Amino acid sequence: MNRMTVQSIASATATSLARAVVCRGVTKDFGEGDTRVQALRGVNLDVLGGEMTLLVGESGCGKTTLISIVAGLLDPTAGEVTVLGQSLRHLRGRRLVQFRGQHIGFVFQQYNLLPALTAAENAAVPLIISGRKRAEAVAKARTVLEAVGLGSKVNSLPSQLSGGQQQRVAIARALVHEPKLLVCDEPTAALDAHSGQTVMQLLRRVAVQPGRAVIVVTHDNRVFGYGDRIVHMSDGTIERVEEQTVARGS
Amino acid sequence: MSWIAIKMLTGDRAKYLGIVAGIAFAALLIAQQASIAIGLLMRTTSHIQDIADPDIWIMDPNIQFIDELKPLTENDLYRVRGVPGVAWAVRFYKGQGRLKLDIGGDKKKAKYQQSVVFGIDDAAFVGAPREIVLGKLADLRRPDAVMIDENGYRYVWPNEPLAVGRELEMNDRRVVIVGICKASETFNTFPIFYCQYHQAIRYVPQERKVMSAMLAGVEPGADAEEVCRRIQEQTALRPAKPGDPARPGLKAMTNQQFIDSTLMYFVRRTGIVVNFGITVSLGFFVGCAVAGQTFYSFTLENLRQFGSLKAMGLTNRRIVGMVLTQAFLAGFIGYGLGVGGAALFGKAMTSSGSRLAFLMPWQVLAATAAAIFVIVLLSSFVSVIKVLVLEPAVVFRG
Repeated sequence: MNRMTVQSIASATATSLARAVVCRGVTKDFGEGDTRVQALRGVNLDVLGGEMTLLVGESGCGKTTLISIVAGLLDPTAGEVTVLGQSLRHLRGRRLVQFRGQHIGFVFQQYNLLPALTAAENAAVPLIISGRKRAEAVAKARTVLEAVGLGSKVNSLPSQLSGGQQQRVAIARALVHEPKLLVCDEPTAALDAHSGQTVMQLLRRVAVQPGRAVIVVTHDNRVFGYGDRIVHMSDGTIERVEEQTVARGS
Repeated sequence: MSWIAIKMLTGDRAKYLGIVAGIAFAALLIAQQASIAIGLLMRTTSHIQDIADPDIWIMDPNIQFIDELKPLTENDLYRVRGVPGVAWAVRFYKGQGRLKLDIGGDKKKAKYQQSVVFGIDDAAFVGAPREIVLGKLADLRRPDAVMIDENGYRYVWPNEPLAVGRELEMNDRRVVIVGICKASETFNTFPIFYCQYHQAIRYVPQERKVMSAMLAGVEPGADAEEVCRRIQEQTALRPAKPGDPARPGLKAMTNQQFIDSTLMYFVRRTGIVVNFGITVSLGFFVGCAVAGQTFYSFTLENLRQFGSLKAMGLTNRRIVGMVLTQAFLAGFIGYGLGVGGAALFGKAMTSSGSRLAFLMPWQVLAATAAAIFVIVLLSSFVSVIKVLVLEPAVVFRG
């Protein structure tokens, strides 16, 4: 199946559900002249709400560049990106930052927790950024930590938690402000197999909700079973899209 | 976000202590060296500060500071007394006396000591010491009577109890110590002797003019500076010959003006400011280097965290606020520790009788605060730039 056909099928399927992310003809170049590298070559992608979409492929295939663009962290060289019905081209500066803060949650490969803050304080950070009072934000974060199974660790520092626990705090942080789009970059890469499975199960159980789209970048094929759709990337393009049925809460 | 910034900073103990220590060291060095320089400079004016009775000092027009007093004539005294606004004016003598400490002893083994001699008004004792430790001021009316300052006494006779009745030779004349008084530490550390004016001029080689200066008070309600101007105007002499400029009158200055003039002389003519300035500058640059390098390193280590915060919706303005909060908190604590340390050092050294010149007026604290403010700004500048240009997409690069 050629690439265009795959993408057309993917787009046609997507129309049946609310499209949280729509990418059309997205390209991204780094450098200029002889040093120019084309990281994305005309990518078309739809990400649906209520689903978990896995972006998979070998290192350097453009996965990270694509989610950076989708999350509004990077500008595309060409093409159109619409997130939650809002064209990112029309959001600039402060408005883009506010959009990200309100509607997008992030889970990073290296967790990126603030080492001096407790689990609850770390999870409360997005609420504090949005202007909520500290006590109120931490209280809300505690309930989310309970939901991810870390109710007994709310006052622990990241250094007192295992890798899996830290990633669960990062997931709580990503969900605490109830974003409509969750972007996860290699959430299991720094974890052992068991912890990786636990984190993916948690993402499926807690993060995947009606009206919320979850994008997970991974090259860990042990977790492919958790995605509703698997977008295979290669050399800056989408090679194929697989759809599969995953039981809720699995 | 301020509390997050503060927790980030204080959570990294090693870096936090490094930054605070760098700033504290700079503040300590700047405040301590500046206080010593000011202490030394103020000692050059201690005679003027100790003689608090008069409002005005009147001297030869060429005088710049207290140690170069040029004698005046008795006639000058009467001219000054006639100036409107002058309530009273009295003679004052300041000179040096050579002390022979063991009177009548073997000349080959005799010890000599230079000293400062103040001749104060015979009648009203204008210019007398403010605080008497031993003896009575009235005892200065006794024959050959002098009063010595406590520091000078301890300098000449260390480890001996304070006592009156000692006999000495000053410029080959007998003097008897009838009292011991307080006087500020002087720049040259010479003992200070107070005696009546008529007695003081017996100790010095006879010259045509002997009156070093005049001390005057102004009438109630009169402006001292205006009276000074009048004294200078009314004591001016007509030109020596027609066509020549008028000869200047006596120089009259208020106590504060005379203190300032003496200070400026030492600032201009000695290397005190330059020498101490070099050490103060060193403290500033070392503070900049240590605090700046450590703070930059702290920011670099937290760059990923700052990137995450940016990705999560924190604006550049608030991130800059966080960096500045961290820098100024470290600056504030470092400043407190530094000036506190300098003050404790000064207190410990001066109370242990080390004769350290140390004076820490509020201006030293303010100047040190300004220097630390600049250090903090410079230290945080590079970090702020680094954070501002940081692309939030960095958080996705493993």
